[in-house]
Amino acid sequence: MSTTTPTNVKTTAPADSSSARPSAGRPRTRRRGENSLGGTLASHGILIVASLVALFPIAWLLFLSLGPDKDDYLHPGRIFGKMTLANYSHVLQETQFFDWLVSTLVVSLGTTVLGVLIAATTGYAVSRMRFPGYRKFMWVLLVTQMFPVAVLMVPMYEILSELRLIDSYLGLILVYCSTAVPYCAWLLKGYFDTIPFEIDEAGRVDGLSPFGTFARLILPLAKPGLAVAAFYSFITAFGEVAFASTFMLSDTKYTFAVGLQSFVSEHDAQRNLMAATAVLVAIPVSAFFYLVQRNLVTGLTAGGTKG
Amino acid sequence: MTVAIDRATGKRRGEPGGRPGRLTRLRQSYQRYWYAYAMITPVVVVLGVLVLYPLARGFYLTLTNANSLNSARTIGANHIEATYEFIGLDNYADILWGPTSYDRFWSHFIWTIAWTALCVTVTFTLGLCLALLLNQKLRGRTFYRLILVLPWAVPTFVTVFGWRFMLADGGVINSALEALHLPAPLWLEDTFWQRFAAIMVNTWCGVPFMMVSLLGGLQSIDSTLYEAAEMDGASAWQRFRYVTLPGLRSVSSTVVLLGVIWTFNQFAVIFLLFGDTAPEAQILVTWAYYLGFGQQPRDFAQSAAYGILLLAILIVFTSVYRRWLNRDEQQLAI
Repeated sequence: MSTTTPTNVKTTAPADSSSARPSAGRPRTRRRGENSLGGTLASHGILIVASLVALFPIAWLLFLSLGPDKDDYLHPGRIFGKMTLANYSHVLQETQFFDWLVSTLVVSLGTTVLGVLIAATTGYAVSRMRFPGYRKFMWVLLVTQMFPVAVLMVPMYEILSELRLIDSYLGLILVYCSTAVPYCAWLLKGYFDTIPFEIDEAGRVDGLSPFGTFARLILPLAKPGLAVAAFYSFITAFGEVAFASTFMLSDTKYTFAVGLQSFVSEHDAQRNLMAATAVLVAIPVSAFFYLVQRNLVTGLTAGGTKG
Repeated sequence: MTVAIDRATGKRRGEPGGRPGRLTRLRQSYQRYWYAYAMITPVVVVLGVLVLYPLARGFYLTLTNANSLNSARTIGANHIEATYEFIGLDNYADILWGPTSYDRFWSHFIWTIAWTALCVTVTFTLGLCLALLLNQKLRGRTFYRLILVLPWAVPTFVTVFGWRFMLADGGVINSALEALHLPAPLWLEDTFWQRFAAIMVNTWCGVPFMMVSLLGGLQSIDSTLYEAAEMDGASAWQRFRYVTLPGLRSVSSTVVLLGVIWTFNQFAVIFLLFGDTAPEAQILVTWAYYLGFGQQPRDFAQSAAYGILLLAILIVFTSVYRRWLNRDEQQLAI
């Protein structure tokens, strides 16, 4: 992809912004893509405010998690005197944190593996082949993306309870696959679209079947795309609330999304523990997100910009 | 941009040349396409079993009076058979024009539409502004970008709890407002402010996605277009209006559609922010959940009927949206 971005063009003259302007006393000689001093300051100002807004709720959660008392969120000033990691040790030692970790991982990874495995060939087929029924099939995939939770919830509940799969990991994985599979297929189509068609043609000329082309040439090239699809289905399953809170009944099988709610009951709200758990959950996920975020963005917009 | 051309030829490749007889066509089509069908089979099977079958069954439920008292259930060792009855379209009639239909359906419907429109407009506008700012040559823009993506990186169910601490009466937001001698609204109790808070939190969660996608779109606009526009003496606003916006069309039509669908179906934000405490701030999705799973007895039939209605609304919207885009010869990328 040789996308010459406007930014690349701008950076061809990096020295201009510092040296050219003061020496050139003439007006209107500003280079393209350069801002006036006021514009730059305004940009920085807005971006700093936006960054603070983006950062604050998370930072606040982190701060509150250090306060030992469950009502500290109402008078945060008092936390400064008595910061402690007691909440964390309590959460790790005396709650079901690790049970929740296990069930979240089982459900999310199960969904991810199944979703990507099943969707991979389909993504390839809809990217490369125009078979009769293609448009209808794409339409079905799109419609499945927009199922509100309410549509499948009641019948799924009925079916799963008949199969005795309520309160089981497999049941929840199956439910999540109903969204993860079409989702992965869409995402992978977008990624396969960015792989040049010449590669397929070369493979076919050399005598590979379509399956061979897919397995030997395209799949290895599509690893980043597969990773993106995997990551997306992982975080989708990880953060799902509605099905998880309805279908998982025993507190050792809660996922984090449900477990976190269980700190707040009608009578008692252990907000300090909740904050600590939230931080423990958020930090690894966000760290992972940052590691892959560059790929995420290309994977996501590949379908959009190149469509 | 080689990709776009390839896709065009790819599209042409599959089209049959002549029009031979039906049987020949069928055989040829089988020979030509069987591997395509083989490749999509896994997904078709999964969708059939996990989506279409439940959907059909859910639709049947909407034609009954099923609730948690007359459905099949197992108590201990005893299995009780289902006793619900077929009542036709009564559920839909009751929801849409029954005696209290305004309080139960239409008020939530209006709020859901307003919620979707407001959230998507605000998120898109803010995302576009930030993307434009980040697309300039600016010191530290990678750093800004990393911070601004943060709300997207943290799972929604975590951030919503963070917001709940902040919005609580006596929480940090109200303390700050009081310190500035401004009125401190009851964010989690008063209907108007509940709605305001819900939109605020959802916007906070949604802006990074918009920003990142639009930034990707901005960077793929050919820079020679800007040079040409400038040669022609276009002002900054004209360049934005006639180069940037058209260049962003395929990305923005996709993210707006996704934004509408996601916001319309947004369950986690409202459910986790309010629980059952805010009947007036529930959008249709959370309201349907409440009917089916948040009350006793659980009204499965009505909840499923809400689900079908919601799906119908979204399908109609998407069809109209696609047609509207296609009229301008702008294919929807998704």
